Amino acid sequence: MADYYSSFEPKGTRWLFQRLTAAFLVVVLAYHFMLLHFVNHAADITFAGTQVRMSQLGYFLTMVLFLIAGTFHGVNGVYNALVNQGLEGTPKTAVKWLLIVASVALIAQGIRVAIAMTNLI
Amino acid sequence: MSQSYDRGLIEDFGRWTEFSAGMWAWIFHKFTGWVLIGYLFTHIAVLSTATVDGATYTQTLQGLESLLVVRFLEVGLLAVAVFHILNGVRLLFVDLGIGLESQDKAFYAALIVSAAITVASIPTFLMGAF
Repeated sequence: MADYYSSFEPKGTRWLFQRLTAAFLVVVLAYHFMLLHFVNHAADITFAGTQVRMSQLGYFLTMVLFLIAGTFHGVNGVYNALVNQGLEGTPKTAVKWLLIVASVALIAQGIRVAIAMTNLI
Repeated sequence: MSQSYDRGLIEDFGRWTEFSAGMWAWIFHKFTGWVLIGYLFTHIAVLSTATVDGATYTQTLQGLESLLVVRFLEVGLLAVAVFHILNGVRLLFVDLGIGLESQDKAFYAALIVSAAITVASIPTFLMGAF
């Protein structure tokens, strides 16, 4: 199976962002898992430790970017999967806006939670 | 550069015995993707209810970690995440047109490495659970 084949045509902003976020998430998801399960064991995590980590601006911004990239990549993936299954017309438009609203809500709530974990404000 | 490839109706799972490596990769990537986005929404929801004050946060996390089922779910989450990452790297290489003749082998490698990392992580996840 040496032919080139991919489900996606290389076109459009969403196509490009799906791949750019993928490259970012490969690194940051692995880092997130390593740090919070292997370096610091999940069972030992306390609010004090979380606050120390989240109050470092670089770490905080990385986590917020992680949230935004993860949300886009995941929700866009769901949308692509549904379109791939034959979603079209009005249901497609309705699903698109539902996913956009869910994404914005998730990012907004995620940032609220991230700020609550810091002593930055 | 891109050409269409007729993979048949992959949604017809009755054909699963005929599925090639690429079809299994497609199914596993999709399945693990659904799990990960579902988990992201759950993760933010749990953290939202926990981040009331410091004590509630610590109690919520330690309470969850005291449940054996949560430890096993974490192993499952790691398996799903590692496979999605490794197969995702494979897909990025396919999109870049690199190593196309090895894409089947790369899928098998992703499966084997995911399994190895998952098994190796079990002691860490179960530490202190009993």
